[in-house]
Amino acid sequence: MLRNRIALAALILFVVIVVVSFAAPFYAHHIAHTDPFASNITGTTVVNGKQVDVLQQGGGTLGIGVVPIGPTWSSDYFIGADNQGRDVMARVLYGGRASLEIGVGSAVLCCLIALILALIAGFFGRFADSILSRVMDLIWAFPVYLLAISLATVLLTLPNGLRWGFIHVQPSSLWVPTLIITLVYVPYVYRPVRGQVLSVREKEYVEAAIAQGASSLRLMFSEILPNVVTTVIVMLPLMIATTVLTEAALSFLSIGVQPPKASWGTIIDDGQALLYSRPWVAIAPGIMILLTVLSLNVLGDGVRDALDPRAKLRMKG
Amino acid sequence: MALFIVRRLIGLVAVLFAITVLVFLIFFATPGVDPTRSLAGRNPTPETIAAVRHQFGLDRSKPMQYLLMMKRLFVSRDLVSYGNQALLVVPAIASAAPVTFSLVFGAAVIWIVFSILTGLLAVILKGTIWDPLLMIFALIGISMPVFWLGEVMNLITQDRLHGTFLFSWVPPLGYVPLTQNPWQWFLHLVIPWFTLSVLYIGFYARVLRANLLDVENEDYVRTARAKGLPERQVLVKHMLRTSMITFVSLFGLDFGILVGGGALLTEVVFGLPGVGQLTYRSLVSLDLPVIMATVIYGAFFITIASALVDVLYARLDPRIRPA
Repeated sequence: MLRNRIALAALILFVVIVVVSFAAPFYAHHIAHTDPFASNITGTTVVNGKQVDVLQQGGGTLGIGVVPIGPTWSSDYFIGADNQGRDVMARVLYGGRASLEIGVGSAVLCCLIALILALIAGFFGRFADSILSRVMDLIWAFPVYLLAISLATVLLTLPNGLRWGFIHVQPSSLWVPTLIITLVYVPYVYRPVRGQVLSVREKEYVEAAIAQGASSLRLMFSEILPNVVTTVIVMLPLMIATTVLTEAALSFLSIGVQPPKASWGTIIDDGQALLYSRPWVAIAPGIMILLTVLSLNVLGDGVRDALDPRAKLRMKG
Repeated sequence: MALFIVRRLIGLVAVLFAITVLVFLIFFATPGVDPTRSLAGRNPTPETIAAVRHQFGLDRSKPMQYLLMMKRLFVSRDLVSYGNQALLVVPAIASAAPVTFSLVFGAAVIWIVFSILTGLLAVILKGTIWDPLLMIFALIGISMPVFWLGEVMNLITQDRLHGTFLFSWVPPLGYVPLTQNPWQWFLHLVIPWFTLSVLYIGFYARVLRANLLDVENEDYVRTARAKGLPERQVLVKHMLRTSMITFVSLFGLDFGILVGGGALLTEVVFGLPGVGQLTYRSLVSLDLPVIMATVIYGAFFITIASALVDVLYARLDPRIRPA
């Protein structure tokens, strides 16, 4: 099956991106020989046997201003430096780690929360269901980016971070964008999963279990959960694709990942000022996002085709 | 039908009310948030803080603050920005809205035309290599961050290929009002239009293709074919028309979202002074009243768009209409 092979190739690509991103410290220490988070304004590097400044004077368009070194296509400064003299390739790898942690973390959290809420809506009566649906409708009515922006702005202004009982989140923590993105997308998973829970609840085997005197916990976890979990699994790769894009957008607007930490979005933001002189700073992280999201979308299509018989029928027809 | 519309309107008002309350709570009642911090300048004395708090009504109770804010937003329309107190928030949004509308309207025309073409072509060319190729292009379009695509477009059209005949016509970044010079308005918006529409072309083409293939197995399509109608007529009159119901409802929502501020990233990258740009500027300076007003404005557009879509949907498809 060609489609299965394509989905498998997408999975391999995604795994490679994850592995490479998590090998960022190794790359920085052993290949690029640099600390991608320390500015290196006065540093030098060796290109073609010659000692060169990382930030070059007079490299600008009119022969004035400072321009970081461009791609050397060798181990140090492979695709050049940013305007603080930091190795962009090493930063892109570290940035990938943050982007993937936030993307995967928020997508998984989102699916878990939606699943739990959907089970609650299906089992604790119509009252719980209607309250949950109202809340979800309200979040749904918000434009995703505007809600995320509002929450991020407020959380970033808090001087000591968010204190909520024993939970304490620093403004610079990766948890801030993760939780915001999670919250914003919960309704998108909740709606289909809730529908699934409500329809599975009416099935004969569930009635049989009720007749046998199964408790509601047992019903939830051993009768209903296994049957709705596929819906969530089908959605997961597509959700990660969405959350990775959202994280990039928030970080690009400087309300996602906060410095000194970097993510693909923040690096594109850094590269904006160098766009015409050193375009690789902005292009490289964008290519990484494109590859990641593309592989997840293809994978998501493959998983859906594999688990949803209706889609298979469509392919044959 | 009238009853359905009235019910939907009441729901609309309730949602809008809930949204304003939620936005207010986010910005003014999150524990630890202090709106005066961005108001009173650096290292303010306690007296300045007290004066500022009084001036902006922040020493009142929370419900009172909410009512005051809503009054200044909707009734007297004299809510001022915290960063620049000469800036009235409501007129600022009103003057930015045409820019956003120009951007979204043009992009919408492009994405409707191209996505229908792509979706139809993919179905017509099913079984050849072109169908999967078109769908891969559509997937790539969906997978690109729009702000990154915008920067790459800028790099190409403003710098690298600007000297060549291909893109020498592209004017510098910015916006010219339609009323001032329609031709310049058009030239300034062409690249932003295409950039913004790429994602939607990909998405709508995929949805349309899936829908078309779904209805292909329906009885009425088989009947149309069996009675010997030409393939083109079956495709356009029978299959495309049914698939348009989903298309129209998706379009209404996306249009609302974009006009309501979803085009923010495109506006920022291309330097278009629309509502999104206004939100972005106020984000950078943490100008809470402006952010709050733009968020409420955006949410309004989206809820109204979704209500309109529901009504339209009920008109198009009588099965939706509740008895």
